[in-house]
Amino acid sequence: MLSLYHEARSPVHRSPAGAKLAVLLAVGTGLFFVRSIAALGAVLLVVALCYAVAKVPARVGLRQLRPVLPVLIAIVIAQLVLTGWVTAVLVGQRVLVLVALANLVTLTTRTSAMIDTVEAVLRPLRPLGVRPERVGLLVALTIRFVPVLKEQADQVRAAHRARGLRGTRFLTPLLIKTLRLADGLGSAIEARGGPD
Amino acid sequence: MRSKDIALVALFAAIMVVLGLVPLIELPLVPAPFTAQTLGVMLAGSILGARRGGLAILLFVVLVVIGLPVLPGGRGGIGVILGPTGGFVLAYPVGAFVTGLITEWLWRRYNLAAALLANAVGGALVLYVIGVPWMSVSAGLPLGKAITGSVVFLPGDLAKVIIASLTAVTVRRAYPLVKPA
Repeated sequence: MLSLYHEARSPVHRSPAGAKLAVLLAVGTGLFFVRSIAALGAVLLVVALCYAVAKVPARVGLRQLRPVLPVLIAIVIAQLVLTGWVTAVLVGQRVLVLVALANLVTLTTRTSAMIDTVEAVLRPLRPLGVRPERVGLLVALTIRFVPVLKEQADQVRAAHRARGLRGTRFLTPLLIKTLRLADGLGSAIEARGGPD
Repeated sequence: MRSKDIALVALFAAIMVVLGLVPLIELPLVPAPFTAQTLGVMLAGSILGARRGGLAILLFVVLVVIGLPVLPGGRGGIGVILGPTGGFVLAYPVGAFVTGLITEWLWRRYNLAAALLANAVGGALVLYVIGVPWMSVSAGLPLGKAITGSVVFLPGDLAKVIIASLTAVTVRRAYPLVKPA
């Protein structure tokens, strides 16, 4: 499974993940107080500039934006009908800034750095019984087993198709196989001294 | 958490990813939001119970946040979370937890009716209660209009509640995991 990270050497890539997320949070909150098309247009330009500084090609940036477009268009049309073009443009700009900036954080931050940040954020919850150091193990296990379970799903579906079965009936055997796999995996973790 | 629980949580997060890769029912005209992954939310709660089910789906959300393309169509990253439909993704772990709670509560007399109730509340209602106001704020739409706009997804969600419930009842017969609450 490939990450969405885009490799490049830039000041944005070098900035710590926590700092980038803090900026994102601040901008995301601040955006809701800006009610001027010109100001939001300027913010959009700054975001585009950040992409240039981060050396993320327009092609890569736009590919990440594409999934949000249907929702964005639906919202703008709804706003046009319900309120008027000013709100429609403002809301469209706001969603675009927020999603583009968040995508930039994802594109310029390695998965490992993000996992470290998640663990750091969870650390204050340790007194509640949360074990932040397990996040890395859990993420690694999940990534490891996605291809295994995908293979199992394909096998069960092929077997069902051969018998003329269609639809979602492959789920039951897939889940039972998964639960059996969990027994083995649990014992394997135990045999290596447990999760800690 | 015992080693077995770690394994279950990781494997169900992986099942969630696989459900995003397998086209379940292909509807040519409906855009991306018709996803099989809410099925994973319901199944995690129904099969693993509240705590493990909720954690499995929380782990899936962590995968999204750290930038892995695990949502349908290879989407992922913080942009999806902060976008208009992000509330639904954030609601997934809560939905799995609630599904699990109701399942544990009804475990002794668990049958199709109990499964339907648990999955409808946890896997659909909870997602709407969190996801729709989020969309309303993000899109600057009045809540009423946002609710009206979400009605198109109801038939699909209803179908998924039924599929998840039938599956959960069969899996329980073969492999009961949730302890009586």
